[in-house]
Amino acid sequence: MSRALVRALLLVGTLAAASPLASATVDENTVHEIGAQLRCVVCQSLSVADSPSETANQMRGIIRERLAAGDSPEQVKAYFVEKYGLWILLAPPREGFNLLVWVVPFAGLAAGLVLVILLMRRWTRRPAGASTEPAPDDAMRARIRREMAEREP
Amino acid sequence: MSARSRALRWAIPLAVVPVLALLAYGFRTDPRDIPSPLVGKPAATFALTTFDGEPVSLDALRGKVVVVNFWASWCIPACYDEAPSLERAWQAYRDRGVALVGINIQDKEEPARRFLDRFGHTFPNAPDPAGRVSVDYGVYGVPETFFIDRQGRVRFKHVGAVTDEILTEQIDRLLAEPA
Repeated sequence: MSRALVRALLLVGTLAAASPLASATVDENTVHEIGAQLRCVVCQSLSVADSPSETANQMRGIIRERLAAGDSPEQVKAYFVEKYGLWILLAPPREGFNLLVWVVPFAGLAAGLVLVILLMRRWTRRPAGASTEPAPDDAMRARIRREMAEREP
Repeated sequence: MSARSRALRWAIPLAVVPVLALLAYGFRTDPRDIPSPLVGKPAATFALTTFDGEPVSLDALRGKVVVVNFWASWCIPACYDEAPSLERAWQAYRDRGVALVGINIQDKEEPARRFLDRFGHTFPNAPDPAGRVSVDYGVYGVPETFFIDRQGRVRFKHVGAVTDEILTEQIDRLLAEPA
């Protein structure tokens, strides 16, 4: 993964340096990255990057075309959202009501953990009566000693 | 048993209720039924060449009520079911300021031409080989039909086969509006 990232960064760097070529050449990694965030519209739960369908192929073509025309990846995504709605994004944006989707699972997990810890502590605590047995007094100690001495050969 | 633990005893089974309600709601909604964000917005312009080699563009049709139908020859049975209705609507409305444009998407030329011959379509039909128009209209399956008013705004989107009733109702509604 890190190697892919380095390669992507290098490519972006060279593209930025070679300015006259930059508008004509489109980084396939960027195309893939955008495609991976978009829902293939004719598939069931498959991204545009992963789907072998003709539609996904055409959508990749449109991504490529828009990048070549100078759009930023954000602008390309915004174009698809404008046409298809937020549904086109595989992951809902982390803002507004959609934030719930990101927060609730972790909040639920945390609440569950706290509940389990509280319950475990309650279950492992000794019953109130058992722990407050009276300490043996002198008479009791003397009796214990006597009885143990009797048992020794 | 204390009042608190008695309340808890009820709370646990009751917690199932919202989960069941959510599941009941979730399983009853159709995940493919996605509202189009384009309804009410200006329709994307397009300029294509029909199978007969004629240019067809939305700009040239400004001022008319335009029905845009996305179809494919492999779309069985919906596209085959609706095809006669489309031709009927075209014949009924072509002289009343209504344009009908068929856009053939995700298809091959030969079967698409065979489809047009089979139904004897006389309204303009054009292929969209790169899928640009279909993405501009947020099409996710065939058939889909868009009704565009005289001002060039998308007013209604129908997913699935259109019928005579839907075509008549939507076209009449847009024709009734002041030009």
